[in-house]
Amino acid sequence: MLFNRYRRGLFITSFLAAPVILYLVYVISPYVQAFYIAMTDWRGVTATPAFIGLDNFVRLFGDSIFWKAVTHNLALLVLLPLITIVLALFFAFLLNVGGPQGVGGIRGSRFYRVVFFFPQVLAVAVVAVLFQQVFRPDGSGMLNGPLMALGARPVGFLSDPGVAFWSVLGVLVWQAVGFYVVLFSAGLASIPRDMFEAAQIDGAGRFSLFFRITLPLLWDTVQVAWVYLGILALDVFAIVWVMTDQHGGPDWSTTVMAAEIYRNAFQYFRFGYASALGVVMFFFTVGFAVLSLRVSRRERIEY
Amino acid sequence: MLSRKTARLERRRRLGPLGVLTHVALVIWTLLVMVPILWTFLASVKSEDEIFGDAWSLPATPHWDNFARAWEQAHIGQYMLNSVIVVAFSTFGTMLIGSMAAYVLARYPFRGNRAVYLLFVSGLAFPVYLALTPLFFVVQNMGNVPVVGPLIGLNTHAGLVLVYIAYSMPFTVFFLSAFFRTLPTAVGEAAMVDGASHTRVFFQIMLPMARPGIVSITIFNVLGQWNQYQLPLVLLQERDKWVLTQGIADISTAAGYDQDWAALFAALTLAILPMLIVYTVFQRQIQAGLTSGALK
Repeated sequence: MLFNRYRRGLFITSFLAAPVILYLVYVISPYVQAFYIAMTDWRGVTATPAFIGLDNFVRLFGDSIFWKAVTHNLALLVLLPLITIVLALFFAFLLNVGGPQGVGGIRGSRFYRVVFFFPQVLAVAVVAVLFQQVFRPDGSGMLNGPLMALGARPVGFLSDPGVAFWSVLGVLVWQAVGFYVVLFSAGLASIPRDMFEAAQIDGAGRFSLFFRITLPLLWDTVQVAWVYLGILALDVFAIVWVMTDQHGGPDWSTTVMAAEIYRNAFQYFRFGYASALGVVMFFFTVGFAVLSLRVSRRERIEY
Repeated sequence: MLSRKTARLERRRRLGPLGVLTHVALVIWTLLVMVPILWTFLASVKSEDEIFGDAWSLPATPHWDNFARAWEQAHIGQYMLNSVIVVAFSTFGTMLIGSMAAYVLARYPFRGNRAVYLLFVSGLAFPVYLALTPLFFVVQNMGNVPVVGPLIGLNTHAGLVLVYIAYSMPFTVFFLSAFFRTLPTAVGEAAMVDGASHTRVFFQIMLPMARPGIVSITIFNVLGQWNQYQLPLVLLQERDKWVLTQGIADISTAAGYDQDWAALFAALTLAILPMLIVYTVFQRQIQAGLTSGALK
């Protein structure tokens, strides 16, 4: 019996040792260090950086580029989930419920689901380069080519500060929609068919089918989608870094927090300052997570 | 009394004009997805002059040599090989030690179990960018470890593999421990009574039973690690060590006026086409794997 307990303990230890050590070294220790480095003036040259308390944060709040990055992340936090979810719900509804044959998938719905999901399996960095070419400012761009052939002025999709942010948003939506179409379709598939059929026999049109039945029953999945897209919006990096001019758009018109962290750390070697930015980003993410959990919990009680 | 057919016709009449619009909307999004990709494929066989001519022209003759230049001179072949090596090892390692941790945490009550589980799962809430700067120095310091140091420091594939495994732990442990919890206990207990060790029960009974969950999360990790850009950007700064995403991004960002645009499109095609083929073949599993991952 005692031997059995010993063997059990040995087993647990041996199975947990590698994952826990790896995780502590590569994940937990950097996170903990980041909070300390954020309060130093470390630039990578001195072995012992000076402790400067909250100076980095004070400087950060006076930094206009930081505020632009925050503004863009917040704008994405609102717009990306909103647009993506509306489009994805619309398509998922069309694919699963609103077929002209009545309730059930419309013709070719499998094909659409496969194609819509394509962008999801492409690397974000590859998508960024792809759209850099699509958005080229001259006649060789996929969009500006036809525009100029029609005699219109070329649009500076990535070079015009007033447009560049929307180009970023467009690419993010382009990549995300398909995944949520499939996610919502999976949710819709679990709703009993009879419910839609009964409603249709009672004379419900598409709009009431959607707003009275589909949306309420999918609400849990929509909330999951909202949280995922919100985190995606706070984490945007490669699209901005690779695709937009000067790694953040003309006049910082597309920069985001992650890009500023990378720029400060690995281009300016301001490790302390970059970590302070990371801490701010951390609080945004945690704040968002807590907020969305509270909102969803409150609604679950009402049900 | 209405026959089924008239009922259907009645429904169709009510949904009529919208039915057409349905297809219009779906076709528009299909085009939005496919046209940029197909346009890239088209440009990959154009000559330099044709690329800078009419954006929508067809190539006079296909220039397959663009692919040869992308593969050799832009080193896409090398980067792709690097990606394959890194992802093969990191996914295997992630699944091996991730499932071990998840299994123990799901099935063995012991003091501190909950704490270890929460430690892993807390990683889900942290943005990786917060850890980026210290992580760079952690990996750099790994290079000073005696004996194995040169293998796992900066600019090493093994070093990147370890980082990928560590950062894949939160989701893998979270997902798989939920999965292991749902498996029946009877089979494992019977095997234990027959004298099988804990380790043997895991590898020969639990792991095979957990296959659907393992497949889902493997797909999730392969795609996530293959598409990773941020971590290699920081940890692999020597060109010959780069992975595919770095190579592709570099061709376009380092571009000057003498940029080989035709080779860039060929390189993009080389990065996109295999993914689309693999995805089309396994689309059911991939869609199911990724969405079940997200819904947990």
